[in-house]
Amino acid sequence: MSLALIAVLPFLGAFLPGLFLRAGRNACALATGSVTTLALLLLASQAPAILRGEVVRTRIDWLPSLGLNANFFLDGLGLLFAGLILGIGLLIILYARFYLEKSDPMGQFYSYLLLFQGAMLGIVLSDNILLLLVFWELTSLSSFLLIGYWKHLPEGRQGARMALAVTGGGGLALIAGMLILGNIAGSYDLTAILQERDLIQASEWYLPALILILLGAFTKSAQFPFHFWLPHAMAAPTPVSAYLHSATMVKAGLFLMARLWPVLAGTPEWFWIVSTTGLVTMVMAAMIAFFKDDLKALLAYSTVSQLGLITMLLGFGTKAAATVAVFHIINHATFKAALFMTAGIVDHAAHTRDLRRLGGLRRMMPITFGIALLASLSIAGIPPLNGFLSKEMMLQEAADTSWITPWAMGLLATLGALFSVAYSFRFLAHGFLGPSREDRPHPPRDPGPGLWAAPGFLAVLVVVIGLFPMAVAAWLVDAAASAVTGEPVRVKIAFWHGLATPALWMSLAAIGGGLACLGAYPRLRTLWDAAPRPEARHIFDGIVEPLAALARAVTDGLHNGSFGRALVWAVLAIAGAALWAFSGGPHVPGTRAVLPPGPVVTGVWAILMIAALATPFLHRSRITALVLTGVVGLLIAPLFMLFSAPDLALTQVSVEVVTILLMLLALHFLPKDTPAESPPPRRLRDAAVAGIAGLGIGALAWAMMTRVPAFDPISAFHLAQSKPGAGGTNAVNTIIVDFRGYDTFGEIIVLGIAALVIFALTDSLLRTTAVTRRLAAQPRQPESGDRHPMMLVVSTRLLLPMAMLVGVYIYLRGHNLPGGGFVAGLVFAIAYLMQYMASGYDWSQARQRFDHHVLIGWGVLVAALAGVGPWLFGLPFLTSGYTYINLWPLEEFELASAAIFDLGVFLCVLGAVLLTLASLSRLALRTGERASTRAYDTEGGR
Amino acid sequence: MEGLLASAIGLLTAVGIYLMLRQRTFPVILGLTFLSYAVNLFIFVSGRLAVNAAPIIGTRDTYADPLPQALVLTAIVISFGMTAVIMIMAIGGYLSSGHDRIDLDDEAGDRGAGE
Repeated sequence: MSLALIAVLPFLGAFLPGLFLRAGRNACALATGSVTTLALLLLASQAPAILRGEVVRTRIDWLPSLGLNANFFLDGLGLLFAGLILGIGLLIILYARFYLEKSDPMGQFYSYLLLFQGAMLGIVLSDNILLLLVFWELTSLSSFLLIGYWKHLPEGRQGARMALAVTGGGGLALIAGMLILGNIAGSYDLTAILQERDLIQASEWYLPALILILLGAFTKSAQFPFHFWLPHAMAAPTPVSAYLHSATMVKAGLFLMARLWPVLAGTPEWFWIVSTTGLVTMVMAAMIAFFKDDLKALLAYSTVSQLGLITMLLGFGTKAAATVAVFHIINHATFKAALFMTAGIVDHAAHTRDLRRLGGLRRMMPITFGIALLASLSIAGIPPLNGFLSKEMMLQEAADTSWITPWAMGLLATLGALFSVAYSFRFLAHGFLGPSREDRPHPPRDPGPGLWAAPGFLAVLVVVIGLFPMAVAAWLVDAAASAVTGEPVRVKIAFWHGLATPALWMSLAAIGGGLACLGAYPRLRTLWDAAPRPEARHIFDGIVEPLAALARAVTDGLHNGSFGRALVWAVLAIAGAALWAFSGGPHVPGTRAVLPPGPVVTGVWAILMIAALATPFLHRSRITALVLTGVVGLLIAPLFMLFSAPDLALTQVSVEVVTILLMLLALHFLPKDTPAESPPPRRLRDAAVAGIAGLGIGALAWAMMTRVPAFDPISAFHLAQSKPGAGGTNAVNTIIVDFRGYDTFGEIIVLGIAALVIFALTDSLLRTTAVTRRLAAQPRQPESGDRHPMMLVVSTRLLLPMAMLVGVYIYLRGHNLPGGGFVAGLVFAIAYLMQYMASGYDWSQARQRFDHHVLIGWGVLVAALAGVGPWLFGLPFLTSGYTYINLWPLEEFELASAAIFDLGVFLCVLGAVLLTLASLSRLALRTGERASTRAYDTEGGR
Repeated sequence: MEGLLASAIGLLTAVGIYLMLRQRTFPVILGLTFLSYAVNLFIFVSGRLAVNAAPIIGTRDTYADPLPQALVLTAIVISFGMTAVIMIMAIGGYLSSGHDRIDLDDEAGDRGAGE
């Protein structure tokens, strides 16, 4: 369980920062940090077993039929990456607390950060590739949010979009590749796939799967030619750059290659694609980095180059090279994250990151300089720092590898190392050394320990790993490399390999050449600026913009903001699809016996048809249209009645009354007529579209009714069980409150939410001055002489208790005869509405004891209690029970727990209807309508 | 009688869609109401027509299908809630913008009309 918990903790914790923000920025950071710390401790508790060579697993079957299970496993590689994600994450949380300005929304930042952290942990801990793919996409999404965190900066938004397009696009390829891989291996579990090396490499689908998977890995890890998104992602706040774009996310691609190394590596295809891509990326990016003036851009290209280095090592396909790759992953995370944080500190202190405007910071910012010095010397590969160790090993591997010619790989790797030395030294020399710039209004100073503690800690690691590699890092490298290669690895890391090793001379050449480059910088720069180079961003825009234009053209063609056009397209598309499906098969007329038309049904039908047909012609007078709608709605009730649905008839009548009242009230605020704006051709088109839809639906209904159902209806069960199972003879009611009670529970909640939405909308409308001004200016309707006619007032008041009695009766009998909570709620609502109509809103409101919101709340609560109650007896949610009670002098009667549920339905419906209409009445009060709370407002209209 | 109901469902659908294609909020909402009448009836008749067969256990030998009835019953109540929400949105739109056209902008409405 604990593995799943490690991955889930950051997701759960993502809610905390927002909650704790009110308690201050420190509390917010502390809450975030404690989530990460907890996950780190959980991980550490698993570490001893992993280091002994065991593999920890958690299996949670989710959708086994689809091969989708929430399976997690932790081995050496997972431990390394999870440790990096959580360890660096903790440092970043500390750093970000002091980096972000007061005006930045900190809660959001930490929430996104934790989301990202959880997604990354998911990738490295997943045992199921489908699950891994889900987490993979989540990292793309959460990094999109983080890169675009400063929403006001256009570069931030563009960078975020580009990163999402590239990594998301690669993610799609990855999905395809992984699915192929899973199909070859016959399982979606990574541990099972990793056993199938021979099967996979012999498959004819090996190459397509390899290319697709590598597309995913290369885009994520910013390998050439997909490297361009990473420098643009530098628009993100520096903690994000340090975390995502140096230590974790960009390494997800490397992780994937390492994870699948046992089954994919070792073939010529793998060697040529992966090592070539890595090599090209390493050399090219290092060269570009040398000429970048922006500190973060320099570091971004440096990251691309280092990722290329690791990719190249993985591409060699040998155990030794994979081990070096693992070691370099650790080293790179330490020095690159430290450098990014240093760049952030410099940016804060000097208000610029431009190397052309920096210089001489060494004396003003000694601590920052110390950290930068250690970290960049480590990248350059200067002993005794950790970068030196892995770079030497890398050069040795490159020298031993034959690529095109025996020496080409060694030469190019040295060239890459040379540029690394050059840009690291330039970072130091142009940033910190040289004369101090005196033109600054505020001389930059070292920040407080909050900002430099995290990079300082990493710089200490750089030195310690460099000095004592065997004690500090070798065990982790062993564990991770064993997991990558599938064989036990015992790495030997040493400073001195003797004069005969080529790596030593390659290293010396790189350092010498790098220094020479720095010396010749001005001349090289002139050459560089003069040389033509393709701008990746323009190429990207050149591809994306036509696509976006095409998408826009299609979208605008279908719906351009005109509701009518969208509806016409939808209707025609549905009709077309139905026609296509219809024409595809043979058809025989229905065989089901048709009922002979009776006189009552025919009469009702005739009036309904006339009213419906008249509506489109008379609809411009809205009152007329409303009356016709009411006629149609009310006539549907007898249809229900005649075709054996008394419950529906009751509901239809009461809902119709309420609906028409609502619309009548609404019409109070809207124009009373619809202008004739559509020209005849448009009306003809609309009529044609509507006719097509009507013919189609009518034909479908006819075809359905004249045929016997293809499958036996399941309601035989409901009819048979209604009495013995649910204790009621009204099968419709028992379905609502018992068999499908869960549905009904959801529905009353929806109804309650709808009413609350209406209340909230009204509230916000009343707060808008433009609205209240328009309300006050509403033209007054000519009033009838009597606002509250005495007859109506008296009769409604007399009717109220009787209507309620009817409501209670309908509710009580509902379980056995037509009726129930829905209808009872509506009857009660109508009884109240009559008071509103007859005596005025204020008079009724003054006598209203219950808040409508509270009624809705109680309704949902009572229904929920009826659902939860059975738990006490160990029964599932909403299990109903019933019993018969003899209570003298009453007849024997039945007590069913479903009646409690129905009571909840009743309360919720009552509350929702009343709240809806009361909200509209609140608007009416603003129109200057006179209010009266007296018992009999007889002076009304005078 | 199946023919009567099928024609009624067809006509209600057609009237509903025609009204929904108007350019003002109120007819669109009426159209939606018509459409929900049609849909409710359609779901109801999917249980097939039966006369004198109300599904009250113990009163008859055969019963109408109670399941579509239960589904339609809640659908009727829910569609009231939804109509009310759209209605208040329409009122809000009218009161804040001063007109009750449904299209996003006037040009869009004209282009949508295909003139």
